[in-house]
Amino acid sequence: MKARLPSYAVLTLLVLFLVGPFFVIVAASFSAGSTLAFPPQGFSFKWVEKVFTVESFQASFALSMFLAIVATFAALVLGVPVSYALSRYRLPLAETVRTIVSSPIIVPGIVVGLALLRYLVVPFGMDITLSLFLAHTALVLPYAVRVVSASLENLRSDIEEAAVLLGSSRIGAFFRVVLPNIRGGILAAFILGFVTSFNQVPVSLFLTGPGVRTLPIDMLGYMERTYDPSVAALSALLAFMSIGIVFIAERFIGFSRYV
Amino acid sequence: MSDHVYLSLEALTLAYGDTVAVDGLDLSIAEGELITLLGPSGCGKTTTMRAVAGLLKPSSGRIMLDGRDVTRLGANKRQVGLVFQSYALFPHLSVYENVAFGLKLKGERGRDLEGHVMEGLKTVGLTQFASRKPAELSGGQQQRVSLARSMVMHPKVLLLDEPLSNLDARLRLEMRTELQRVQRETGVTMIFVTHDQGEALALADRIVLMKGGAVEQIGTPEDLYNRPKSAFVADFVGFENVFAVEDGKLRTADGAVPVSGTVPAGAAALAWRPAMVALGSGPHHGSVRGVSFAGGTREYLLDSSLGPIKAEADAALPVHDLGTTLAFDLPAERAAPLQRYA
Repeated sequence: MKARLPSYAVLTLLVLFLVGPFFVIVAASFSAGSTLAFPPQGFSFKWVEKVFTVESFQASFALSMFLAIVATFAALVLGVPVSYALSRYRLPLAETVRTIVSSPIIVPGIVVGLALLRYLVVPFGMDITLSLFLAHTALVLPYAVRVVSASLENLRSDIEEAAVLLGSSRIGAFFRVVLPNIRGGILAAFILGFVTSFNQVPVSLFLTGPGVRTLPIDMLGYMERTYDPSVAALSALLAFMSIGIVFIAERFIGFSRYV
Repeated sequence: MSDHVYLSLEALTLAYGDTVAVDGLDLSIAEGELITLLGPSGCGKTTTMRAVAGLLKPSSGRIMLDGRDVTRLGANKRQVGLVFQSYALFPHLSVYENVAFGLKLKGERGRDLEGHVMEGLKTVGLTQFASRKPAELSGGQQQRVSLARSMVMHPKVLLLDEPLSNLDARLRLEMRTELQRVQRETGVTMIFVTHDQGEALALADRIVLMKGGAVEQIGTPEDLYNRPKSAFVADFVGFENVFAVEDGKLRTADGAVPVSGTVPAGAAALAWRPAMVALGSGPHHGSVRGVSFAGGTREYLLDSSLGPIKAEADAALPVHDLGTTLAFDLPAERAAPLQRYA
């Protein structure tokens, strides 16, 4: 038991390091004071209430939700066939494809954002929402491919042959026996992609323009203008939303098996 | 079983790049016959089976099934069933839905469908498991679901890919009996792929022993077991002492050695099972390098001037210790004469 003491100490510190800021934010959001501070001064719900009255938050929340859902959906529409091809066929350029697909998480977000701004938005005058959608799709794609590939690796490929011998076409076999068996992985990829897109800052920072802001960018801007605890309240609400999603996902599909 | 050819493979060749997995294979199978493709791994038996199923495209040659050229016909249109080594049940579907899968694709619905599925499950004794998921069944039960799933489709040929190799010894015997019963009751033509000669001997009407992508010998189990044609076949069915014959003498590590008795005319080699070696007296000597107890008998590995010899003695006799020198004989009249050594 004695030898375990140091490892418990390290573990405690690590958990504090990871979860500590969350408690600070939650505590700060119930402050009665008028500036963002810790420890909080007094206790009130007024900042939590204020979050729902700020109009720009409503618009940016709606945009972030829309982006996260649509971009993740698009990433899966692209990512599932790519994962399938990579796991089932010996492709000559498989490694190259894997590298290209995962490059958006290796290249720093700032670089991706700047590149998209410089080569898509500025020269072609591309619509900002469209450019945000493209950028977020690219950023979510690596997660989609990785998680879906992992589920496909765990699925025997002979069930597809069995389906074909029972009269199904190749494509029919994919929809009848592959897709239903990787739906847990697809849902996990969706959640991971959603959260990644929703929390995305650096790329969005370059691509947001007048009137079009994602929620994290809007929060940054709000903090520069107004230093009240409503940002903490909003952060806490978002954190609870993420925890809620992961909790439900764990409950129904065993989320942690897939990521 | 009728005599006319139902399934024939004509000069079937499958190559991947430079590797030829099946090399000009010719094989004719009658309706209702139970054929075993037997051979060590890499002999092309699985490739041949997959070509019959339509899962692999032949490089050349032809496959005729029930009077029709099916070489270019898709696997989903051949009406060939396959029972996989790993069962390949659909994990997200219940036992009932697994068996119903192919029937539904044929457009069966309602009472017809239910009747056929339950009949299929009844044949393999699994009606009470209809609502279970495959993961909730034992290996043997999963294999039976797999069999029912193929059989309800009334396939023209049922292929079985090492179906017993994932089962334990007791279940293996049970499943083998079950397969024989299904075959007897339905009269379906079966091709059974295995590397286990015991299974092949017990099940098959005819055994096709393969080596290096080609047929080494075709025959009834008794033909192969008693009258192997080549050293490869002889070794595969348990003739562990094989010597080439040159000018009426055995070619050995020690040069040409005369044989006791007369060598049958035309024999290119002679082969003896361990039990056929006369231990205790004879012109040859070997020292005991290994002994293993095999129930009723004891098997000896001898180092002799002829090379290593495997012999067998009654286990009731006192054991010979390692290093003991024993006399033995390889009598020609007990040996199986082979047409080919190589």
